[in-house]
Amino acid sequence: MSELFRRYGSGLTYTAIALTAFWLLVLVIFPYAGLFEQSFRPYLPVTEINGPNDHYYIDNYLKLFSNSQDMTFGIGSLDVTIPIPIHLWVFFITIVYSSLATLIVFAICYPIAYCLAKVLKPSLLPTYLLLLVIPLWVSELMRSFSWYIILSLKGPLTIVLQTLGIITDPIHWTWGMNGYSGIMVGLVYTYILFMLFPMYNAMTSLDSNQIEAAEDLGAGIFRKHWRVILPHCKPGIASGCVTVFMLSASSLLVPNLLASPKSRWFTEVIQQWMFETHDWNAGAAYAFILLFTCTLFVTVMMRVFKVGFADIAK
Amino acid sequence: MATKPTHAILQTYAYAFLLYLLLPLVIMCGAAFNDSRFPTILPWNGFTWRWFQELYNDATIWQATLNTGMVAIAVVVLSVPIGTAGAILVNSLKGRSRTLLYATMIAPILTPGAVIGISTLLFWYKFNAPAGLQISVLAQTSFIAAYVMLMVLARLQSFDGALEEAALDLGASHSQMLRRILLPHLYPAIAAGAVLAFFQSVENFNATQFTRGASTTLTVYVGSKVRTGITPSICALAAIMISITIVGAIIYEVIRRNNLAKAEALQAQ
Repeated sequence: MSELFRRYGSGLTYTAIALTAFWLLVLVIFPYAGLFEQSFRPYLPVTEINGPNDHYYIDNYLKLFSNSQDMTFGIGSLDVTIPIPIHLWVFFITIVYSSLATLIVFAICYPIAYCLAKVLKPSLLPTYLLLLVIPLWVSELMRSFSWYIILSLKGPLTIVLQTLGIITDPIHWTWGMNGYSGIMVGLVYTYILFMLFPMYNAMTSLDSNQIEAAEDLGAGIFRKHWRVILPHCKPGIASGCVTVFMLSASSLLVPNLLASPKSRWFTEVIQQWMFETHDWNAGAAYAFILLFTCTLFVTVMMRVFKVGFADIAK
Repeated sequence: MATKPTHAILQTYAYAFLLYLLLPLVIMCGAAFNDSRFPTILPWNGFTWRWFQELYNDATIWQATLNTGMVAIAVVVLSVPIGTAGAILVNSLKGRSRTLLYATMIAPILTPGAVIGISTLLFWYKFNAPAGLQISVLAQTSFIAAYVMLMVLARLQSFDGALEEAALDLGASHSQMLRRILLPHLYPAIAAGAVLAFFQSVENFNATQFTRGASTTLTVYVGSKVRTGITPSICALAAIMISITIVGAIIYEVIRRNNLAKAEALQAQ
């Protein structure tokens, strides 16, 4: 700090501190704290705010467990029906499908990242990377909208497959996987580059000699990747997984554009609280649950991959 | 290194991946020129400019574009100085306090957009500032400033602090030193940060959706049009946005590579 004053003088230093303080306090910490505080308050008419009925309680969080609906699961030939709270179920489904999307994205990206970093001719690389950057700069909205077109009932995919004689009747592409297939396709396509780039960056920093040494010492393909390349890429993988999971779980556009009659996403429930029920406090509680889940995911990833926070957020 | 069969497979896969990424965008742009009521390229009913005309005549789109531009400019104006100041501050710290400050600055990037939007909305509502685009600007700035901070911080790491010392020793004032030594070194990162901030703001949906009130931006307008029915004029908009993006991406890349080449040439000397 004193170094800062000596270098930039008090005027500039105070300006820098004031700007940073405005950012971190007014734009980040105070609103987050306010969100947390308000999520424990009841939803009251304006006249009753700060009145006798305005006290802290956890009912907003308990709303996640209310409103049960009978759901039937097929286990073998047996059908089991149990009542499950709808919002809890949507929350659970959102996490499961977001994790699945993260896994699929990882599986697709790993060979690509390896290929780009270690296999592809260096002379081709700049062009390839430039072509990759284009979909990254095209907005999230446009990326998911392109699949809205492709997967529509009588859209290009159906017509191509019909022409090839593979299918005869139009198919509801977004209705598979219990109504989440469209969303999965959209999540994978929309967020895949957020996995590829950190992984690719991690892989380029690996000395090719290490890979060759492993090969010379008789490591097979599997061992080479499992023992040498993967451990080196851990920060990149963790960073990619965290980003893809967070973006998927908090996506509004993809579940909106590629929905099916059966699909619901947790962010849509939050939106419902905010704009349909106008219960902002319940919305705050649900938003906090989402934030908590994403924070938990970051923590778990840091533990599993044994990397620091600074490695994840590059 | 001899070419192995696995390498041939990997390369084929890499090209297939590129096709997978680009083909949907091509299909979407193609749909903008198809004379069909639905946004699709097949069946192809012939070439038309009709959807661009329809887009041109859509008053809401023009208002949304104006709003998007104003929000994006405001976000750039706020997040560039904030991010730069944050980077200089974090760079001057060491140890625990540095880690803590850095983590707090990065946190908004890892926060879901819905959470940023709702928390900003609720916070300002308490001060009787209702939802509106000005709240969207604040919500977006909270995480876009972090992107600027990261870019400036990366650039600061290649800065030789001795230059500042020399300037001060030779009698430069603090503000002279800032204007003549530090900022010129940071300009490439600041410019890149400004471009990134602009694009991030334009494409933002989640945070804006919760804070915008009755106003609308391009991304929000298109995103919400799914419910009311999408016409191919949205594809025309997509085609325009993608063209702008491609030009922007190419310019950005060329500048970045020029800078890289310059830096390498300097190091080689």
